[in-house]
Amino acid sequence: MANDPIIIIGAGQCGQKATETLRQQGYEGGLVLIGDEPHAPYQRPPLSKAFLKGEMSLERLMLKGPDYFDQFNIDARLSRWVESIDPAGRRVLLHGGESVAYSKLLLATGTRSRKIPVLPGLDLEGVHYMRTIADVQAIMQALKPETRIAIIGGGYIGLEVASALRSFKHDVTVIEGMERVLQRVVCPQLSDYFHRLHSSRGVAIHVNAVLEAIEGAGRVERIRLRDGQEIDTDMVLMAVGAEPVCELAEQAGLTIENGVSTDETCRTSDPNIYAAGDCSSFFSKRYQRHIRLESVQNAIDQGKHAAGAMLGSAEVYDPVPWFWSDQYEIKLQIAGLSQGYDRTEVEGDETEDAFAVRYFAGDRLLCVDAVNMPRAHMMARRELANLD
Amino acid sequence: MVRITFIQPDGSRREIEAEPGDSVMQAALAHNVEGITAECNGSAACATCHAYFQEDRLGGLDAMAEHENDMLDFAACERRSGSRLSCQVKVTDALDGMTVTLPEMQ
Ligand SMILES: Cc1cc2nc3c(=O)[nH]c(=O)nc-3n(C[C@H](O)[C@H](O)[C@H](O)COP(=O)(O)OP(=O)(O)OC[C@H]3O[C@@H](n4cnc5c(N)ncnc54)[C@H](O)[C@@H]3O)c2cc1C
Ligand code: FES
Repeated sequence: MANDPIIIIGAGQCGQKATETLRQQGYEGGLVLIGDEPHAPYQRPPLSKAFLKGEMSLERLMLKGPDYFDQFNIDARLSRWVESIDPAGRRVLLHGGESVAYSKLLLATGTRSRKIPVLPGLDLEGVHYMRTIADVQAIMQALKPETRIAIIGGGYIGLEVASALRSFKHDVTVIEGMERVLQRVVCPQLSDYFHRLHSSRGVAIHVNAVLEAIEGAGRVERIRLRDGQEIDTDMVLMAVGAEPVCELAEQAGLTIENGVSTDETCRTSDPNIYAAGDCSSFFSKRYQRHIRLESVQNAIDQGKHAAGAMLGSAEVYDPVPWFWSDQYEIKLQIAGLSQGYDRTEVEGDETEDAFAVRYFAGDRLLCVDAVNMPRAHMMARRELANLD
Repeated sequence: MVRITFIQPDGSRREIEAEPGDSVMQAALAHNVEGITAECNGSAACATCHAYFQEDRLGGLDAMAEHENDMLDFAACERRSGSRLSCQVKVTDALDGMTVTLPEMQ
């Protein structure tokens, strides 16, 4: 059993980083990376940015050069879906019947686009999502110069897509169900700032707007909102968030709490199974609760940590979360998590498009959102790292 | 093709043939050159693609934007006169034969 390979399920950024780290740390045993997408591990952030705009080739989305798997002696099984895990027998079962034994297992299964369960019209042609290369290729194929698009969800991905498509002068509408865009993640001042930014670039934003139906004969022709308003459109992008992929863990009896629950060393409730990246909900000492992050920072850092943990390290994973978002020429950089703040302070000048919002709970700094202010962002990362 | 030689902190050298139009960071990753993390993959948001470019040939590189300049002050390793974010430097003929030294840490 100890001679069985380490298996990683999910060939995304986190799974890739774990394979690289295992080898860098001297692990010479068998290493199997299983992913259902047909591509070698790639970066998702450009999907809603440069790749969608046609400024980046498919090849450049890839995280590693073509000979990576050979160079690092990785048994990569792409286009393969894992059906189930047998934690007692330490085996994973692949679709098609093959079963592979493991010594340690890492779940790096990520997230999937959230689907609104009952929404009339979701099956119409012209309804799209934004998670994978295949999703974006489908969008790019369907886009004609005159295509009108309605983006459901005013979060980071929705707004990034709005900004990318405005550069081609598409007619873009954003439908946000809450009071303001980016409501879950930023303060009202920043929501206003991004709302105005997008309005000034010609995006029609509807807030407090709940999508009730997508309508059309066979393909999308319009959307209908709860207040009765109808908006004609040719394409609908569902960008209403992501949900952790944890069915394998659930079925294996692992503890789930908004993701695959782990301790501070990335270990799940089964001592031979670890979880990292978008799918994992880990205990953070810094925030004194379980948190689940959807970011490149977390995919990379936790992937590394989990690799170390599988090789016996007891190091605690407790990062300063950080994130970025590019919209038009604006660079937003976020350090920390703002949830639970009770006041904010602003640094810099909003009218100059260079400012930062600092979020506090009492005297404790929680988060800094920096708009075109890289110094404020990098200083915040240091400051947050030094808080006990 | 543009030849660029990457020098690791331990002194080992590796020459690659980079494609004009890519950034130096992209060229390095495409050849699995170690020592560049590039977490944000070219958004100038992370400073983990820091590299020391040959100091007597800096004039041939893309000019440095203020954003990059600010980020470089926070790179994990000491900033020197040849410091650049390799994602912000495009591969052009002016780089042919250039050496790029990688820092101890990103
Ligand atoms: C459009 C977009 C833009 C983004 N922009 C940013 C940004 O600007 N900055 C930032 O920090 N982050 C951004 N993110 C988030 C970031 O890309 C993710 O946090 C990161 O990719 C997570 O990596 P992961 O490896 O944990 O999961 P994923 O990338 O989701 O990879 C998991 C993989 O596992 C596969 N899988 C799942 N279950 C199985 C199974 N049973 N069998 C086989 N394979 C399976 C999945 O299909 C998937 O390929 C963005 C994400 C998207 C979608
Ligand atoms: S890759 Fe992030 S700054 Fe260059």
